Amino acid sequence: MSAVVKRFPLRLDTHDGRIDMTHGSGGRAMAQLIDELFVKHFDNALLRQANDQAAFDVTAGRMVMSVDGHVIYPPFFPGGDIGSLSVHGTINDVAMSGAIPRYLSAGFILEEGFPLADLDRIVASMGEAANAAGVPVVTGDTKVVEKGKGDGVFITTTGIGVVPEGVRISGDQARPGDLILLSGSIGDHGVAIMSSRENLEFETSIESDSASLHRLVEKMVDCAPTIHCLRDPTRGGVATTLNELAMQSQVGMRLTESEIPVKPAVASACELLGLDPLYVANEGKLLCICSKQDAEQLLPVMRDDPLGRESRIIGEVVEDPHHFVQMETLFGGSRVVDWLSGEQLPRIC
Amino acid sequence: MKYVDEFRQHKLAKRLSAAIKDESDPSRNYNLMEFCGGHTHAIFRYGVQDLMPDNVKFVHGPGCPVCVLPIKRIDEAIHLVEAEQVILCTYGDLLRVPASGRNSLIKVKADGGDVRMVYSTQDALRIARENPDREVVFLAIGFETTTPPSAVAIQQANAEGLKNFSLFCNHVLTPAAIQNILESPEVREIGSVSIDGFFGPSHVSSIIGSRPYEFFAEEFQRPVVIAGFEPLDVMQSALMLIRQLNQGRYEVENEYTRVVSRDGNQKAQQRVADVFELRRSFEWRGLGTVPYSALKIKKTYQLFDAEKRFPLPVSQAKDVKGCECPSILRGAKRPTDCKLFGTVCTPENPMGSCMVSSEGACAAYWSYGRFRQPVQQRA
Repeated sequence: MSAVVKRFPLRLDTHDGRIDMTHGSGGRAMAQLIDELFVKHFDNALLRQANDQAAFDVTAGRMVMSVDGHVIYPPFFPGGDIGSLSVHGTINDVAMSGAIPRYLSAGFILEEGFPLADLDRIVASMGEAANAAGVPVVTGDTKVVEKGKGDGVFITTTGIGVVPEGVRISGDQARPGDLILLSGSIGDHGVAIMSSRENLEFETSIESDSASLHRLVEKMVDCAPTIHCLRDPTRGGVATTLNELAMQSQVGMRLTESEIPVKPAVASACELLGLDPLYVANEGKLLCICSKQDAEQLLPVMRDDPLGRESRIIGEVVEDPHHFVQMETLFGGSRVVDWLSGEQLPRIC
Repeated sequence: MKYVDEFRQHKLAKRLSAAIKDESDPSRNYNLMEFCGGHTHAIFRYGVQDLMPDNVKFVHGPGCPVCVLPIKRIDEAIHLVEAEQVILCTYGDLLRVPASGRNSLIKVKADGGDVRMVYSTQDALRIARENPDREVVFLAIGFETTTPPSAVAIQQANAEGLKNFSLFCNHVLTPAAIQNILESPEVREIGSVSIDGFFGPSHVSSIIGSRPYEFFAEEFQRPVVIAGFEPLDVMQSALMLIRQLNQGRYEVENEYTRVVSRDGNQKAQQRVADVFELRRSFEWRGLGTVPYSALKIKKTYQLFDAEKRFPLPVSQAKDVKGCECPSILRGAKRPTDCKLFGTVCTPENPMGSCMVSSEGACAAYWSYGRFRQPVQQRA
């Protein structure tokens, strides 16, 4: 007989087990879930301290902090899952200030009955994404809600990062004469999600572009610390993001449709569903607004990074008291590219 | 995108633009009404107006099925959800259409009503199969394009013996509406609106063919060109209309020959005729009561007719005061002529139906064309 009694004699059943209310009760079942699932995948020194908070030293200077809730349905989709997305999304929000992301926190809201196998897969994917990005999840929280009070799994992540000296990137810094750069093709994430929703039933080879952009941003900031604005065009797409920036900076914008890359499969899916790719979500693209001189320097640097290979100048910032984003269409006319209103719903005839 | 990009080519657009400038008579105006919301959307999305000379103007018609649905029908649909506790399935655009008392289906859904957005009648049938203990109603709207799928759904439900499925029929007919516009006093007697020619619907015509327009081209002496929904289709059709007008002709011509024939899709027509019959009259938002302008479900299939299955209250709902949707739908006014446009009525908070669907003239003006006539500059 062994003298050491195992803390949890039976291993967590990540094959057929399901989340039940005890996993959120603060008792032994929760401790086991944390140990055998969360700590296993997120493993790092700060988390292993097993305190209710992570303690770390800070450097002098400016820090940024950002939070993002993830409720995506379905949780697994072509090119990613809610786990990796919750890491990429928050890292990107931190990075869009020019900051270097340092630490993440993760809060899970789990619905009673959620398969532990799925949770294991999601947390493993989160761990991999955090590891690949070099940004560890250092503190976390788990709550369980009764069946019917949630939708499987919701994940909220918070990220903090450090802004390099002299960098002042902000949405209100766009100036007339600036150029607008886009790091690649648009609409991939939204189309990948839509194709995996059961009531749509269309097949596509498109995968979500979900990715951490902080290394690309780091190179860009190194090359041109005077970048004016950075933002990742997630919900609402490029159109909505540019409208936000135009409003914040009190300027107008002019885009050239022919310069905006859209993959043929994305264009076809949008055509079929009556959507406009400009309004479809991205999770691995960024928009950059900077002076002409900076743009010339930045383009080769961006194109040198795997996540920015298709970077293009898609338009310019202009003076406009109405803060309209306008676009010269491929067809040769022009139109306003407005804010997204409501959900982007398919046209019906 | 093969077979799509070809119809959006800049080079051809420039050539057509030059031909239109060349052939149009600078001493007159060409007011061309596009009946369909699909054309309205294409004109704005691609900036087609920029490629037209100043005297060739697009007049936006009533061809958006969401826009012409009167408030009281939405009220009735809400009644089905709230009082009859049905699962109401409908196309997404309808969710935000304002009902009376500033209500809408999306608000009813937020209050716990079981309203589901579907992409096809097949989704509604599936929901009915999956919920045998609940009544499932498909709120059917649309012109001749969306009618055949509704007919098929009813026939399928009948064949399957699906007892909990019914359809709330709001299908309307295009030729009746065009005729109504041409007969309206503004157009006919007062002459305050001149509509010189029509872009005929594209998808609708793929079903009904080009023949149904022949009567009123002759009767009202206005040319009709059946036009596809791509921007080059619209420009080519504009050129064809201008040529007819210059030559004093008023014929039905078909630009959209790759899809539309003179007789249309006869199989689809047969399905529709099997299941539906003409309504004596139907109220359109904007046009008022138009005789024989809509369809209802035949007696043979009345089991699947939500109007027969559930008692519906008579709603006295009226459109919002000051809303110019009625005149805008007839082409008598432009969205910017409406006092509510861009002030209290925006796509986020639509007061009238033309602001709801992206095919509605007001929403298209707001989203794509605003910079042409900034709101601030209106008198």
